[in-house]
Amino acid sequence: MMLALIVALPFLAGALLLAVTNRARLLSAAIAFAFTAAAAVLLAVQIPDVASGTVSSIGWDWLPLDGARLGFRLDGLAAMFAGMVLILGALIILYARYYLSERDPIARFYAFFMLFMGSMLGVVLADNLILLVVFWELTSLSSFLLIGYWQYRSDARQGARLALVITGLGGLALLAGVLIIGNIVGDYSLDSVLAAGDKIRANPLYIPALLLVLLGAFTKSAQFPFHFWLPHAMAAPTPVSAYLHSATMVKAGVFLLARLYPALAGTEAWFFIVSAAGLLTLLIGAYTAIFQHDLKGLLAYSTISHLGLITLLFGLNSPMAAVAGVFHILNHATFKASLFMAAGIIDHESGSRDMRKLNGLWRLMPITAVLAIVASAAMAGVPLLNGFLSKELFFGEALALEGHTALEFAVPFIATLAAAFGVTYSMRFIHDVFWNGEPKGLPRQPHDPPLWMLVPVAILVCICLLVGIAPNATIEPILTLSASAVLGRPPPSFTLKIWHGVNWPLAMSLTAMFAGIGFYLLLQRLYSLHDIVHLPRGGKEIYDAFIKRLLGLARRITGRLQSGHLQYSLAAVVLFATTAALLPLLSGFSLGSAPGTPVSLPGLLLWLTGCAAALAVGYWHARRLVALVTIGVVGLIVSLTFAAFSAPDLAMTQLLVEVVTVILMLLALYYLPLQSPPERNSPPRWRDATLAAVAGAGISAVTYAMLTRPVDSISGYFLEKSLPEAFGTNVVNVILVDFRALDTLGEIAVVAIAALIVAGLLRTILPRVVPEQPEAGTYAPVSLFLEFLARILLPLALLVSLHMFLRGHNQPGGGFIAGLIIAVALLVPYLASGARVIESRIPLNYEAICGAGLVIAALTGAGSFMFAHPFLTSSYWALDLPFLGKISFASAMLFDLGVYLTVFGGVMLALVRFGKINAPSREYR
Amino acid sequence: MELLLSSGIGLLTAVGIYLVLRARTFDLVLGLTLLSYAVNLFIFASGRLVIGKAPIISTTITPTLANFADPLPQALVLTAIVIGFAMTAVLLVLSVRGYADHGTDQVDGREPRA
Repeated sequence: MMLALIVALPFLAGALLLAVTNRARLLSAAIAFAFTAAAAVLLAVQIPDVASGTVSSIGWDWLPLDGARLGFRLDGLAAMFAGMVLILGALIILYARYYLSERDPIARFYAFFMLFMGSMLGVVLADNLILLVVFWELTSLSSFLLIGYWQYRSDARQGARLALVITGLGGLALLAGVLIIGNIVGDYSLDSVLAAGDKIRANPLYIPALLLVLLGAFTKSAQFPFHFWLPHAMAAPTPVSAYLHSATMVKAGVFLLARLYPALAGTEAWFFIVSAAGLLTLLIGAYTAIFQHDLKGLLAYSTISHLGLITLLFGLNSPMAAVAGVFHILNHATFKASLFMAAGIIDHESGSRDMRKLNGLWRLMPITAVLAIVASAAMAGVPLLNGFLSKELFFGEALALEGHTALEFAVPFIATLAAAFGVTYSMRFIHDVFWNGEPKGLPRQPHDPPLWMLVPVAILVCICLLVGIAPNATIEPILTLSASAVLGRPPPSFTLKIWHGVNWPLAMSLTAMFAGIGFYLLLQRLYSLHDIVHLPRGGKEIYDAFIKRLLGLARRITGRLQSGHLQYSLAAVVLFATTAALLPLLSGFSLGSAPGTPVSLPGLLLWLTGCAAALAVGYWHARRLVALVTIGVVGLIVSLTFAAFSAPDLAMTQLLVEVVTVILMLLALYYLPLQSPPERNSPPRWRDATLAAVAGAGISAVTYAMLTRPVDSISGYFLEKSLPEAFGTNVVNVILVDFRALDTLGEIAVVAIAALIVAGLLRTILPRVVPEQPEAGTYAPVSLFLEFLARILLPLALLVSLHMFLRGHNQPGGGFIAGLIIAVALLVPYLASGARVIESRIPLNYEAICGAGLVIAALTGAGSFMFAHPFLTSSYWALDLPFLGKISFASAMLFDLGVYLTVFGGVMLALVRFGKINAPSREYR
Repeated sequence: MELLLSSGIGLLTAVGIYLVLRARTFDLVLGLTLLSYAVNLFIFASGRLVIGKAPIISTTITPTLANFADPLPQALVLTAIVIGFAMTAVLLVLSVRGYADHGTDQVDGREPRA
């Protein structure tokens, strides 16, 4: 439980911080700090257990079938990393409180920061590889938010995007690798995977799995050739860089190497890939760092170089090298975090990070200078500091390499060379910033920062010193614990000593020291380092070119498919659909043998009329009123077809909808040209006609094939259960309001939405097409006869509508039909007298009616929750009342009332809104 | 009758597609209306052509598919008709708005350059 809480606390803090206003600077920092401290305490109380060698874990099933478990596990390595994440996190929280300016939204900063911290803790504590990948991707996402924190700066946005793309892609590769490993082992839990190293290495899929996992680790840890995202991530606020690029984000990659060391390491492939990537990164990073004029740029490339060193150590396949790797992870985190914070102080106080301007700060900010000098010395590997110890171990391992003759010489040589470069850039950091003349054109006069900005740096620098002077009292137990977790067994015995006597590693150290200082002086005196512009090119440029190409390709494809001409696009859609449907037809087409229905004379007449009307619509489509009348005929034939084949509900619905559709089209034609203007630049008509004919013939064939096959339907169930379970005899209505009521709820929602769209789009129409309004007070009925008819018709229609609604559950009718009937009936007075007159007489708010219908339908469904039934369960009451007799009432009827009101309100809303702009003025034209 | 219905559905589809491919918004609305007739009839026909057996059950006849028309396609089509109306309404409003805003009822919102 404690373990899960350690991971959960930062996330909780992040959620809490979202509710804090950005003005509450101290409160935000206090929340972040308190939650971090609490998590650290929770971790600390577990340390005795870890020290005794117990591996504690806890977990819950998450996706049991897929093997993903929400499990956490604490061993030496996890404890070391979690401690590092939490302690450095707490120090940087403190620092950021003073670093961020009044204008920066500070609560949001801490919310992102805690989100990142939680994800990072998840990575190191996850007990399940899938969970690890999930947290891994979360670190990518939250680091995107942190790097892009100053979102108004384009370099921040670009840097964030670059980091997200590279590390996110790596995360996907890692997921694939993890899935392979899980398949080989049969389980994703860390214990099983770590124990199954031999099985994994013997599997033929080992190499793909290794490559994929390494892709994840190398992108995250900025290993060559994926290192280029890291310098661009320096656009982040400095506290973010101090955290992401010392202790956390980039360390996740090397953490993965350490975590999966027992499962994947030990092979030739591992040795060559991992150590080669490490070696190259070590050298390239160190060399490039020398020529950076930006303080943070120098630190960025130095970080890349040190990550290369750690990767190289894990790649050497030697237990002692792994110990050195773990050691250097810790050392690098301490000195690099303090250097980043020092760089942030300098930037904060002087307004610049350019080492060509920052000179001679020794006298202006002496405390910062002392701290930065000690930390740089640790980075350079000067004795009595922690960096020296891990460097000596590294040199020892580089020399101990055996079996690869060329490498036996190359690795120690490159190691010494890279160490010399390390000395050079450390030297430059100190000499250029604190001496080397006077400040040149700084925006502000620098001085030492407030005390609390210095404290975190001072604490880290003290750790560097303590570890460097008394390694066995401080770091040795931690190192032994975490190294045994990495190796899966106790590490070879080692002693950390400052003085080993005169031996090769010492000689290499001294060589590197003198060569590095000499190289710096050479560059400084002979080549004037400040004038050298060395912009590493490559990764970012390739990436940019790739993205540009990709977008260009997408634009071309989209342009081809979506030319901006609807006719071409629709023709393409129809052509594609027709072809897709024709292909299976061509491979074999057969008719069934079900007996057909004999042709009747009325049927034949219907067919003839319908076909003639349909063809007429096509032929006279340009004469719009003619087309409108003929399409009404087609609708009528369709309605009669429904009536002929045992579908009374459909016949009524179709008829009513036909009426309102034709009226609506008529209203629309009031604003549109009555004649289609001639088409210009259209594809030839014969092409459309051919396409249409082929598609129509295909549909005919498919329909005929279907009709000649025997029925195989699930509807027997509905017929059987309709009366006993849903208490209705009109099965169509029962399906609508009971069996498939959820669908119906969705459908009436669509009707309501469509009505609102109509109303909304017509609210502000351009005056160009709106006819002039008659003067207020004038009233002239369109037709006296129609108005007279309307007055008789309306009450009758209301009665019919009510009747249809009430009987709907048992006889043809129901909410849809009843709603349409009353809408059609109400349209007659609208047509006769005009919208304004009618609305003064019958003031109905159709929006409200439509909405009320939806609410009633939804509430009826929810009502069944009260009886502990699922949504939309029907119930039925029969009451025996005096005089009225037996009255039955199904809850479905209430639902149908909702349908009734929605359809009525929706149809009226659409029609009246059309009518309102035109009705009163028509007769004056 | 099966042949008549299927050829009718095919004809509605063909005319519908032809109209959908026209250059004016109102023609497109007409085309879509015809297409929705065709689709509704097609779905309805999947319950096969049954005469005089409306799915209104009674206590005297056993409720099986042999005695009653298939109610499921009918229910599907019933809502489809109403939704079709809603869609037509939206399309009509769009074409009116398009004409009002662009001064043309060309489907692309602009007259093609001659």
